Amino acid sequence: MSLDKAKNLDEFMEGIWRQNPVFVMALGMCPTLAVTVSAINALSMGVATTFVLVCSCLLVSLLRKVVPKEVRIATYIVIIATFVTVVDYAIQAISLTLYEALGAFIQLIVVNCVILGRAEAHSSKVPPLPAMINAAGMGVGFTIGLLALGTVREIFGNGTLFGISLFGESFQPWVIMVLPPGGFFVLGGWLMFFAWWAKRKEGSKAVPAEGHQHA
Amino acid sequence: MSARIELRTAPHVKSPRTVETIMRTVVLSLLPICLFFIYQYGISAAASILVVTGACLVAERASTRAGGQSGDIGDWSATITGLLLALSLPPGFPLWMGAIAGLVAIFLGKSIFGGLGRNVFNPALVGRAFVQAAFPTAIASYTPSFLPGRFGEFIPSSLALPFMQPPATDAWVKAMQIDAIASATPLSQFKFEGVVAGFDQLLTSLGGHLAVGPSPLLILACGLFLAYRRYLDWRIPVAVLGSAVVLGWALHAFDPVRFADPGFVLLSGGLMLGAIYMATDMATSPVTPKGALLYGALIGVLTVVIRDFSGLPEGVMYAILIANAAAPLIERVTQPTPFGRGPSSKVRRATYPLTPSYISREEHHAVVPEKGSFKPKVNQ
Repeated sequence: MSLDKAKNLDEFMEGIWRQNPVFVMALGMCPTLAVTVSAINALSMGVATTFVLVCSCLLVSLLRKVVPKEVRIATYIVIIATFVTVVDYAIQAISLTLYEALGAFIQLIVVNCVILGRAEAHSSKVPPLPAMINAAGMGVGFTIGLLALGTVREIFGNGTLFGISLFGESFQPWVIMVLPPGGFFVLGGWLMFFAWWAKRKEGSKAVPAEGHQHA
Repeated sequence: MSARIELRTAPHVKSPRTVETIMRTVVLSLLPICLFFIYQYGISAAASILVVTGACLVAERASTRAGGQSGDIGDWSATITGLLLALSLPPGFPLWMGAIAGLVAIFLGKSIFGGLGRNVFNPALVGRAFVQAAFPTAIASYTPSFLPGRFGEFIPSSLALPFMQPPATDAWVKAMQIDAIASATPLSQFKFEGVVAGFDQLLTSLGGHLAVGPSPLLILACGLFLAYRRYLDWRIPVAVLGSAVVLGWALHAFDPVRFADPGFVLLSGGLMLGAIYMATDMATSPVTPKGALLYGALIGVLTVVIRDFSGLPEGVMYAILIANAAAPLIERVTQPTPFGRGPSSKVRRATYPLTPSYISREEHHAVVPEKGSFKPKVNQ
């Protein structure tokens, strides 16, 4: 039983650290760069993507023996699109300003490679529970990635965090941080930081951990 | 007693000139320009030069210590970057923003690519482009030069607290009792108000309280010294200034009201500093003679085009950055012909048939690259 738990935890952590969709696999770069202007946008985008990811992966996993191999991609897209429509209407109902801020990127969750990648590479081959755990880990990892970008960009570009002013009235915003180049700079900075961290971790151990793979 | 014979390949005669001596000479040639800048704007300019150069040196030291970089602060190249960056910023630019510009210039413009000699873009201009995009209002606010009391008092915007907005300088300038001089560069005055500054004023930067950088005449003199000592390729500045003047003259002849006269094009803004000190950066400009001319002409034309047909008053920075990006391509298409391989002697043109596995043997003979696009490397 404890072995199962450890395995599940490992499955969950995979998306957060070893195969983080943003920082390791560099998937789903469109929303990563486009909607991370503020932390709240990043968080809601991450939550929406996680919801779609978990639901689609569950359904894909349940249907894995039913779907013919030849039409699997089309089936996955239809499943994902269904949940994206749900999220689309839900966000519209919750907050119209948020809906307008995220714009077309909510609908574009359909083509987010993280989701299709998980469905194709993982959920279609495993039972529902591990599929869901893995998807949830990936979703949380994606949300963490977006938040990492969104907080830095909001703090520098606007002087606020989740809309709360941090530095008072006379803060000088860095306009570049809310422009597209700022997204690339911050993403590059985080990638550098994680690469350095991973390297340091690897260096501290004499032998690299078993099963440690670079995606 | 026989002479010692060494067997080695060419080159046999080496100049004692090293990276350090070249860079040190360029720094020395920049000193008069910096002194003139300080004479124009007082202690604010001095503080700006010190802080920006200091930030560049700190960044250089940090990145060489982190490893993997070539060069160090001892080779003076970071000093040049800092001095040029400070000269290209307004004198009252907040010091904390200047420090960020310096750090970005070295980290993003140089260290990321591997350090000295490996950068794709001119580091000083990378730093300037970053702060231009990050702080567009601060970088556009100039103050008049030769203000009374400039050696005893900072321009108020210089001393803004880190991460805080600089105070507006309008009221401060007004308190100086200077009339009829707007705190705008001649270029933006021309662009937005249609005022053309006088030729001799621009040439010496001495007339009235013009919000300009150091005198183009002085920069030209320092550039001539460097070109005479062969520390820079004369073709690049000549091509930059020449193409800008020719295009400016053609546009001026076409519509004298909308387009400024060539003298104004030549002497205003950062064209002189850019042409002589920034475009000629050895790592980012082509080495072939024809390539240098082409590269310079590209910068000159782009500068005039950006100034006259875009929303920006000045375009030297973007022109040089674009030309930097094009430099490797320019170098590739302007490879000189080796001796004895002129057009008369028939060079056997190598063809590279594409033979991937999926093309059948019958087909693959039909696939040859288009002739005349690039010359093959003949010396291989």
